[in-house]
Amino acid sequence: MSTNKSTKVEVKNLTKIFGKRTNKAKELSREGKDKSEILKETGATIGVVDANFKINDGEIFVIMGLSGSGKSTLVRMINRLIEPTDGEVLIDGENLMKMDKKELREVRRKKMSMVFQNFGLLPNRTILENAEYGLEIQGVDKETREKKAMEALDTVSISGYNDEYPDQLSGGMQQRVGLARALANDPEILLMDEAFSALDPLNRTDMQDELLDIQERLHKTIIFISHDLNEALKIGDRIMIMKDAKVIQTGTPEDILTHPANEYVEEFIENVDRSKVLTAGNVMIRPMTINIEKAGPRLTLKMMKANEVSTAYIVDGDRKLLGVVDANDVIKLVRENNRDIKSILQTEVPTTPEDTPIADLMDDISQTGIPFAVVNDKKQLKGIIVRGAVLGALAGNEVSDFE
Amino acid sequence: MNSLILGSIPKIPLAHWIDSFVDWLVQFTGFFNAITNFIGSINNAFQWVFDIIPIWLFIVLVLALTYYVNRDKQNWGLLIFEFLGLLLIWNLDFWRDMTQTLTLVLTASLIALVIGIPLGILMAKSHTAEIILKPILDFMQTMPAFVYLIPAVALFGIGMVPGIVASVIFAMPPTVRMTNMGIREVPAELIEAADSFGSTEWQKLFKVELPIAKTSLMAGVNQSMMLSLSMVVIASMIGAMGLGTKVYFAVGRNDAGGGFAAGLSIVILAIILDRLTQSLTRTRRKQH
Repeated sequence: MSTNKSTKVEVKNLTKIFGKRTNKAKELSREGKDKSEILKETGATIGVVDANFKINDGEIFVIMGLSGSGKSTLVRMINRLIEPTDGEVLIDGENLMKMDKKELREVRRKKMSMVFQNFGLLPNRTILENAEYGLEIQGVDKETREKKAMEALDTVSISGYNDEYPDQLSGGMQQRVGLARALANDPEILLMDEAFSALDPLNRTDMQDELLDIQERLHKTIIFISHDLNEALKIGDRIMIMKDAKVIQTGTPEDILTHPANEYVEEFIENVDRSKVLTAGNVMIRPMTINIEKAGPRLTLKMMKANEVSTAYIVDGDRKLLGVVDANDVIKLVRENNRDIKSILQTEVPTTPEDTPIADLMDDISQTGIPFAVVNDKKQLKGIIVRGAVLGALAGNEVSDFE
Repeated sequence: MNSLILGSIPKIPLAHWIDSFVDWLVQFTGFFNAITNFIGSINNAFQWVFDIIPIWLFIVLVLALTYYVNRDKQNWGLLIFEFLGLLLIWNLDFWRDMTQTLTLVLTASLIALVIGIPLGILMAKSHTAEIILKPILDFMQTMPAFVYLIPAVALFGIGMVPGIVASVIFAMPPTVRMTNMGIREVPAELIEAADSFGSTEWQKLFKVELPIAKTSLMAGVNQSMMLSLSMVVIASMIGAMGLGTKVYFAVGRNDAGGGFAAGLSIVILAIILDRLTQSLTRTRRKQH
């Protein structure tokens, strides 16, 4: 799904070792010694060793790991808040490591902005002044920067608090301001360091949805640091798992869940690996169905439009599944004034009984274009399984209908 | 036995070395004259202003200033205290002495600020500077203040200026320390935020570090001012005029009443200065 996208950020052999004797520490790390052994032997603390990955333009790339895994160090090397010991960071093919202070500042001002775990808002400035900060230091005039800051605050749905101070707002609201401050610069890349970790669960879910919503409109390249697998699965287009300063696995949420690279990842996803417990019936949602005995092409098209779907499930009077129709075919039918829906019916719909565990379906779900249809033994349509709902369910969210 | 051993070790001529050093310094008369003139002119400027302002206007201005800095939370008790206190000083005929003392304190504090805040910033930014400055600050503050008077006279003559110089040396350390501390205590995340948006070092200093360190910095200023006020009696011994002189003379004449009256005036001045600078310390927010 990401093969045709261009690379926005490329990280090559990026390494950070704190302390002296960094070469020796790196060597030991390559030999497979762990952090504490290396600290004992060399006195150096391993931050990140040999990280290699590419981030595509417009994707949400989640870097995940427990505390001490090096994820925060890694993200700070991407904008050089932490100077790497070794390796390269390429942004649009430009090597960040070769830039002098001034060039680096330009990149930080124009290309990437950061959102912080504890918001990082300036307590002595109002909400609006905080949102303006990035533009202010670029020397943008007051009127323009106020306008842009207010737009950014609007984007994250927080308006009307312009003259309040950060400590007068709740955590969730403060992080919206943090996000607005980052967006006000209109950066291409957003670095989000555990941005939602300090929020309570309700606010966190809210902000995750908000972020996905914003991303749909703005298409930024987002590098998101998290220690929460559920969060990673929910928002990540791709996830990179780190442990002990090293990258363990990079892949789509499906990849990670279905093909964990090693025991560590397996253990990690165990908590959320509901695929073995959840069945098709648990994750199915109600599809849009058309009763062929009642509806013709025009009504079908109208209902599809109303429900915003491109595939409709055709059933007979007993809710028995006959097949699916594609919106394009229905449109054609309407144009030709042909009333015979059966002529465009695709009967090859993958089906599964209600009690199949999702684990068994996972591979097929990620490959087929048409969602699985869940049927009972009388071939009656009970529901369909869409990819998002499966991942949502695996990540522990409620499955909700969209009808 | 002990004295035998100690006796065989040659005495270290520390006092002699320092004398030689001061003697050596004295040859730079031109340099020290320039400083004397510079400090003297600041002092005279303050004094000139206080001399042309009528006493009633001065009192009104102090009250107005107090009212203004406390505009969000009025302290009527302080206003009444200031009014009565200043009237008392006027009544005791200490008005000009009070303005001389005020001049000394303001000049010394101003110089302590101008030198101390940049030093504090330097200390916060550079580990080396901190290592070097810390013992010097300890030395400046713990050395008995009387000691500064001797070289001060040698280098700056007698009068207001050496008194101010001695006050500056004694009073500056809190400003330096509190500036250093305030900047070092700015949360790391705010520094990262400033950096991540591409602030220059100066932008970071003026838009993030100093505003956030403001409370601590102003507490340092307040302390410096109080310390320089504590120097006025000592400074009077080398000819710095003011309330200190009255106290010093009263000691010589065994005049308990006179000494107490002048001392009380110093206390009144101290309280007014302290409360005013403390009000400035409080973070005030935009009203809306």
